[in-house]
Amino acid sequence: MLEFVIIASLKVIAVIVVLLTACAYSTLLERKVMAFMQHRIGPLYAGPYGLLQPIADAIKLIFKEDVMPNRAERFAYTLAPMIAFVPSLMVFAVVPFSSNFTLLGYPIPGVISDLNIGVLWVFAVGSLGVYGTILAGWSAGSKYSLLGGLRASAQTISYELAYGLSIVGVVIIGNTLSMTELVNQQERIIDWYIWKQPLGFILYMICAVAETNRAPFDLPEAESELVGGFLTEYSSMRYATFFVGEYAHMIAVGAVGSTLFFGGWQGPWLPPMVWMAIKVFAFIFLFIWLRATLPRFRYDQLMDFGWKVLFPLAVLNTMITGLVVLW
Amino acid sequence: MKEILKTIADTFLKLPQGFAVTLRLLFKRPVTLDYPRKRETMAPRYKGKHYLERYDDGSERCVCCGLCAAACPADAIYMEPEENERGERFARIYEINLLRCIFCGFCEEACPEEAIFLGREYEFATDSRDSFIYTKEQMLVPYPRKENAFKRIIRRVRKVYGVVQSRR
Repeated sequence: MLEFVIIASLKVIAVIVVLLTACAYSTLLERKVMAFMQHRIGPLYAGPYGLLQPIADAIKLIFKEDVMPNRAERFAYTLAPMIAFVPSLMVFAVVPFSSNFTLLGYPIPGVISDLNIGVLWVFAVGSLGVYGTILAGWSAGSKYSLLGGLRASAQTISYELAYGLSIVGVVIIGNTLSMTELVNQQERIIDWYIWKQPLGFILYMICAVAETNRAPFDLPEAESELVGGFLTEYSSMRYATFFVGEYAHMIAVGAVGSTLFFGGWQGPWLPPMVWMAIKVFAFIFLFIWLRATLPRFRYDQLMDFGWKVLFPLAVLNTMITGLVVLW
Repeated sequence: MKEILKTIADTFLKLPQGFAVTLRLLFKRPVTLDYPRKRETMAPRYKGKHYLERYDDGSERCVCCGLCAAACPADAIYMEPEENERGERFARIYEINLLRCIFCGFCEEACPEEAIFLGREYEFATDSRDSFIYTKEQMLVPYPRKENAFKRIIRRVRKVYGVVQSRR
């Protein structure tokens, strides 16, 4: 019992440390990759090739003044960034990072917590982040924030449905909700669920981009409209929390997507954790590539697309999968 | 219905092309010049800060005729003439206000003695307005010139063939 607690705690610490570093450096990755895609260089001066830029950003944000508007609801204003940030971290409790291995004689499972309803956990917990957005928009006590928050939350919940439905196909085929079990079923590349559920993957990808408020669905944080949306009144570390939360959400969605559709840590020859890292990195690169290429959706186009296109397609995907499996 | 299908098919054909563009640019060399650390030389005809030429024996070319001041659209040149020991006319005071100057090059075109040229220097920002009034001493090229042997040969060859003296 004690060794279980210790091993789990160590894994949690390791995951959080790696994840937060990855979030910080994915800001740099995004700036550099987007810059090269726009034929320019990104950050260059902070450290060699700009590698110390996230640290410089963190130090700058720490030194900024923490503003709280007079009309803001203190408790909700403080709570909102945390609600936006923590669920993305909690998703990682069920993501399998590696096969089970033994270290120093102790058998260590490759997940922090091998729930047999892992997929349900991911979507139930991971979707709590939208409350942070709503709360942030309302609690700041400003018109721009409220409008931005409402738009953001409307967008998020309308893409939630298609997001949840897009993986139901995988669950039907795999006949299990457990993340580790789904990974074990995708042993060879030919077994990966992307081949059996291409529409599901496309839907998952689009909905993931919309969920995390990334371009082309990034109207909530569109810097040129709505003054910054629900983030307007936030500064310093609260802002940093939102931003790290956004990147953590991106990484979480990438990790879940690679587990469900690309076989998680499975892969020939390289150690499993390296494969996991490669796949998650590919997802993040895809997010950045999308942001660099596509213009932003107008808000009504966005809602139209979510309800009239993605949701029916997700239902269709589920129906077809069910029919095929039954026969 | 047909339009919807056409739109979908169109999307699937055109969208990857857009992505291909960004991906291709990812691997191309960026066009950014890392400015303070690296500088590019300007084109030979670049119009930068002025300089006053001399003859080969070191005497100034400028005879203070006032044609450059007359040609200047921004009225940036001021001069006062004087006679030197050899009886030649030269400029006692010759000043160009680089804040008024629009770097058009009319003074260079107007000069009958080929005395004034616009060179390639563009980094002369300071923090006092007065230091932008450049005097004759600041603009005269040094004598003897600091130049390498190759440039000296080229200047000699050009003089022999009657070609316009090259710019610095």
